[in-house]
Amino acid sequence: MPRSRRDFFRVTGFSAAGLALAACGVQGQKAAPPKADAVKDYWAKQTKHGKVVFANWPEYMPEDQAPLKKFQQATGISYEYKEVIQENAEFFGKADPVLRAGQPLGYDIVVMTNGVQLQHMIDLGYATPLDHAQLPNFEANAGQKYKERAYDPGNKYTVPYTSGVTGIAYNTKYVDDDITSIEALFDPKYKGRVGMMGDAQEIGNFAMFALGIDPEKSTEADWKKAGEKLKAQRDDGIVRKYYDQSYIDAVAKGDVWLSMAWSGDVFQRQLAGEPVKFVVPEEGGTIWTDNMLIPKGAANPVDALMLMDYLYQPVVAAELDEFIQYVTPVPAVQDLLREKAKTAKGKDKKALEDMVDSPLMFPSEADYAKLRSYTPLTTQQEQVFNPIFQSITQA
Amino acid sequence: MRRLTPYLLALPSWMWLGIFLVVPMAAMASVSLQTGNAIDGFAMTFSFSNYSDALGRYSTQLLRSLLYGGLATVAMLVIGYPVAYWIAFKGGTRKSVYLFLLLLPFFVSFVLRTISWNFLLSDNGILFGTLKGWGLLPEDFHVLATTFAVVGGLTYNFLPFMILPIYVALERVDPRVIEAAQDLYATRTAAFRRVVLPLSLPGVFAGVLMTFVPATADPINAQILGGTANTMIGNIIQTEYLTNLNYPTASALSFTLMAVLLVGIFIYARALGTENVLEAAAR
Repeated sequence: MPRSRRDFFRVTGFSAAGLALAACGVQGQKAAPPKADAVKDYWAKQTKHGKVVFANWPEYMPEDQAPLKKFQQATGISYEYKEVIQENAEFFGKADPVLRAGQPLGYDIVVMTNGVQLQHMIDLGYATPLDHAQLPNFEANAGQKYKERAYDPGNKYTVPYTSGVTGIAYNTKYVDDDITSIEALFDPKYKGRVGMMGDAQEIGNFAMFALGIDPEKSTEADWKKAGEKLKAQRDDGIVRKYYDQSYIDAVAKGDVWLSMAWSGDVFQRQLAGEPVKFVVPEEGGTIWTDNMLIPKGAANPVDALMLMDYLYQPVVAAELDEFIQYVTPVPAVQDLLREKAKTAKGKDKKALEDMVDSPLMFPSEADYAKLRSYTPLTTQQEQVFNPIFQSITQA
Repeated sequence: MRRLTPYLLALPSWMWLGIFLVVPMAAMASVSLQTGNAIDGFAMTFSFSNYSDALGRYSTQLLRSLLYGGLATVAMLVIGYPVAYWIAFKGGTRKSVYLFLLLLPFFVSFVLRTISWNFLLSDNGILFGTLKGWGLLPEDFHVLATTFAVVGGLTYNFLPFMILPIYVALERVDPRVIEAAQDLYATRTAAFRRVVLPLSLPGVFAGVLMTFVPATADPINAQILGGTANTMIGNIIQTEYLTNLNYPTASALSFTLMAVLLVGIFIYARALGTENVLEAAAR
């Protein structure tokens, strides 16, 4: 049967559809910084809706959600609290296509760590600029350090939720020495017993500390040197595994004896009576901050701002920090907890006193002097930085 | 109208496949040929070098995945066939109970089960800690963070998908066929080798298909049970998609994995004979 005209059209029609699909790229969204007027106009149009949806990390809110309940009583704004963020990369990977398509994420506040994903959120215009006129508690109570952060100057898009330190944790049952130096992580003595983190930024920073390089000022040559050091560490069999959040179980169980670690995790284990110790190495440690931001297209931005600001009341911040046990952005919390410890009794008193004195929750100036932030990276730099360290962790 | 009925009945499944398989695959194929980055956007450049670059960088992990998937599949076959055989022929009236027990762990999430393995195999955990305490194992003995742990985890996690199809195939073997073979002076071994085994091959085929593919692509076991040199291709694809937002490389890797698996399955199907395969597929 000779091929009919209709057949011909059908065939070409199909291939045209194929071509159309082939042509559809993934659009970029790089946004110019919003003009001050536009921000003002945006906020002038928004009103309170009496509802807010808060997306946060696990164990970042007391189980009874008391601070949120009190917020509801004080303001009449009802809340939905969701523990949906486990990892920045994963969260961003899921949110990106939604926000790219111009659809709302369904959350009014999300919490993200300073790092490449947060930078992407800001660069892509996914974060709503904040109206500081509506953040009086933040202005009054946030520590100066938390107002001067390289990744978001002037708190244009974010305010801190809590901060923490990346250092070294070790199990005192297996490690007799007092660990003070990052070199312990590279010591052949602990062959097969060292845990490192799988995250490119974290591991890169630590190798740079070991080499005496300041990550905030590092160059491509420095990253390569750091990569070499880590590769040698792996090839010598010193590293047992590159961990995610599960490192803390491994340290507590003794699968690894010492590991890169986040301060709050270790502190919680200490309170549970496990033989783990945390140190900020003398060469340096990383301080990171988890930040609240309002994603683009959020349904209730005014309510979100009100909640953010509410959390900056010292009493509320103290209640939160007592549970979270990381570094609070509100310095007044230390005094409030000290006061509370005076009237508390027994086990509670001891726990509160431990918290107030802990350099993990209230780092001293000397501690802060040793702490560095993540390397700020452009997209082009990231495409060099990530492969250097991922080729080590994902060999 | 009557001639159209079967097609109409098939329509929902075709639409399903069209919307949820063909369209995403086409989009993924398109992305795998683009260049760019997540901030500035990706544009179609028909850059086939995405494939050669990805393969150049990750051939080790790809080959390792195929090896682990293959090893796990063989292990599942060795463990699963006797189990299926026993349930089918010796299970008696309690067959369904045994099958239920087999499936019971699957009421718990995949990730949780793998984490439980991690807990069980921990260096100083219930198992090895006790054995070390009795002096039966050297102090630095460990299973976690080794190839054995990853392949073992894969074997454990996918085992029922091997057992069930083989069980179904064996269940259908008419016992009178075996009797007939024995009447014709076949020994028990000969009856198994020449009658039961060939009849169960479609089940074996289905079992291998259902386990080899997901085991090879699995990222969870390597992440939870593996060490510094156990990264599988699933982990790489996940990192490229979610951490690096390098969609082209991730898509190219996914397609490569799919192609390799398809070729492997095709060769396997040829070796086993197409008739059996079609029979298995028709179930």
